[in-house]
Amino acid sequence: MTEQKEFNVGLKNIGIRRKPKATVAVIGNPNSGKSTLFNRLTGLRQSTGNFPGVTVEKHTGVVQLASSALELVDLPGIYCLGGHSADERIAVDFLLGRVTGMPAPDCLLFVLDATHLYQGLFLLEQLRELAIPTIVALTMTDMAKLNGTAIDQDLLQKHLRQLSVCSVQPTSGSGIQDLKLLLDGIGDLPAPEPTESWPQLTKVTRELSERSGGVLNRIQVVQGLLHPTSEFADQLRATLGTGKFDACSQDLFGDQPPQAVEARIRYRWIQKVLQQVISPAPTVSQLGARLRRWANRPWPATIAFFALMLLVFQAVFTWATPLMDAIDGMASALGVAVVGLLGEGMLSSFLADGVIAGVGSVIIFLPQILILFLFIIVLEDTGYLARAAFLMDRVMRSVGLSGQSVIPMLSSFACAVPAIMATRVIPNRRDRIATILAAPFMTCSARLPIYALLIAAFVPASNIGWFNLQGLVLFGLYLLGIAGGLATAWLLKSTALRGPKPSFVLALPEFRKPNLQTVAIKLMGRASVFLKRAGTVIFSVAVIVWVLAYFPRADFSADIQSTLSNQLNVEEVSSRENALAAQQLSQSWLGRMGRWIEPAFKPLGWDWRVSSAVIAGFPAREVVVAVMGTLYSVGSDADEASLSEKLRSASWPDGRLIFTLPMVLGLLVFYAWCLQCAATVATIRRETNSWRWPIFAWCYMTVLGYTAALLIFQIGSRL
Amino acid sequence: MTLADMKPGQHGRITAIEINQTSIVRLMVLGLVEDVPVHIENIAIGGDPIELSVYGSSISIRKQDAGQFAVMLDPSHD
Repeated sequence: MTEQKEFNVGLKNIGIRRKPKATVAVIGNPNSGKSTLFNRLTGLRQSTGNFPGVTVEKHTGVVQLASSALELVDLPGIYCLGGHSADERIAVDFLLGRVTGMPAPDCLLFVLDATHLYQGLFLLEQLRELAIPTIVALTMTDMAKLNGTAIDQDLLQKHLRQLSVCSVQPTSGSGIQDLKLLLDGIGDLPAPEPTESWPQLTKVTRELSERSGGVLNRIQVVQGLLHPTSEFADQLRATLGTGKFDACSQDLFGDQPPQAVEARIRYRWIQKVLQQVISPAPTVSQLGARLRRWANRPWPATIAFFALMLLVFQAVFTWATPLMDAIDGMASALGVAVVGLLGEGMLSSFLADGVIAGVGSVIIFLPQILILFLFIIVLEDTGYLARAAFLMDRVMRSVGLSGQSVIPMLSSFACAVPAIMATRVIPNRRDRIATILAAPFMTCSARLPIYALLIAAFVPASNIGWFNLQGLVLFGLYLLGIAGGLATAWLLKSTALRGPKPSFVLALPEFRKPNLQTVAIKLMGRASVFLKRAGTVIFSVAVIVWVLAYFPRADFSADIQSTLSNQLNVEEVSSRENALAAQQLSQSWLGRMGRWIEPAFKPLGWDWRVSSAVIAGFPAREVVVAVMGTLYSVGSDADEASLSEKLRSASWPDGRLIFTLPMVLGLLVFYAWCLQCAATVATIRRETNSWRWPIFAWCYMTVLGYTAALLIFQIGSRL
Repeated sequence: MTLADMKPGQHGRITAIEINQTSIVRLMVLGLVEDVPVHIENIAIGGDPIELSVYGSSISIRKQDAGQFAVMLDPSHD
């Protein structure tokens, strides 16, 4: 026995991976440090997926402990078990074992934020009814002390009875070892007794549960009583009879809404507990807290909000440039090296013009997209997005929405798909649909490549005051997107989706230092999504476009012979080769298709190459740049020239430049307003549960983009 | 006097609640119930919405909803 024990210790030291023996749900209020703790416990041994049937992200990970391993499931932060939003529903459904294919958790790890004990204890009291072993991780005690509150942890433990409290600082990692020790024995912890805060509910629940013959357990009875329209309520009525159910309801709640009664009773108990547990600590007069309070004042905060947005767009342009130049240089060098190695031919053209030029022209935007995501993730992690919702509520109200729509719209700057999912916090369906249709107008990261390409090619990099002109133009395009989105929301809210003014209830988290690990994990996730797309969708499109542009081959042997025999000088050979390549391209399948659709886009000033690129971009808009990359490389032999140089020199057969200022502006506006994203269309379909809205959004945005580009080009060319 | 009439920096205590909308119940679930001390933190530009705090937690609330919460001012904090 002794030997075996030593053997075990040895294995542990070399880091044996055990299979998880139980599932632990990690739950708490939003911004309680829940995800930070989850990341701290699981490290990189985590995976992100979706809950079955819905698009709420599910984070699971395994934590290895001294004698066991546990699977942790990080649930969305919630305030109560009676929520209406999809995030709240999925957390509750999972806890109650109602998610198909996912058994209910065996235990709970509750994250209790010491600075928000009041609301945390409310949720904890509700969760106690689940009657499964629960460990309470008390976080942010250092922050609470700075704010002037000392917490008597022993007294708190006394009030929470069977729930084991453990103080943890997820950011610094202190207390993690104690928590791991507790988690190791979580299976042996006693199930919590019913709440002390509401004896009458406990009594009624016990009685009803017994009467149902154990068919309904404690939490199911409680949920049934508190939510008279839920399926648990129906089950209760079925087993007990409607008369008994109504009598119990009347007893408990009278004529008041059950949740209001619950809030009154539970918070009264919580207040009593807090009066004993919390004592004022000597207030540390700190500059930081005062500064933060000042920064939250309406005017400074609003000005800071706009300054911050401007900074983001400046950063996207200026910080990324060195990295982008490096990637561009590498891609060009690679293309030249391939041609040098393989010589001219089909394979080298496929690799250099198809794969490298196509995929490379998208990969180059990785630095910009990561910088943008970095800002959005940091804003999320610091709790600033909710502050923005507060500040912008007034503006949103003027278009018939509320501040609640601000968070999805801001995250739409990164990507419309998660933004449309984020609209699920909006309780009213009309407001939600109006927000869903406004979100795709926001400039997402996939629009950045074409903006960046066209701006870098056609806007001089001069400075206006402190600002870079290119950054300002980019900022203008973002404003254009916002204007389009707000106008759309206003139009819808005053016609098809007319309804009562939405209410606005939102918990504002305190400003927090972002956690490096959390930010890094999220950023890496985003980078891998982008690179995966570049490797699959964009790669396939680039290959298809190359095939369409390369075949069928024209017979130029006579031309080449004459070129060789005529002893032309180098310049003439080069211009002759370019002409031949252009001839080849224009008689390829792609060229024929392009010329067939060219008339539709000619009024916008687009040649067939731009038109084909834009058409190819309807499934995913970042493809446009890849297609242009391929088209303009096949059409020229100057692989060393960057894509923006090629665009600048691109011309009509009669020698006029294609990319004139009105045409570029029109193209930018088209791009800003057009819904070129199959993923967004699919998400709108899923979230609105009908084809009506995605079809409307697609047609509306396409017509809007086309008309705007047409007007700008036609008017601009005549000025 | 209601929450809507309070000025930034003022402290008070909720005395009665008029539940006329579901948003009021949502506010109660966040902890705005009778006998609870509240503090007005900020009021956004234009006078609406209002940021108030209960036990250190900030909640944003529209003026219209704030009007449903009767309060008594607590001058001892000023």
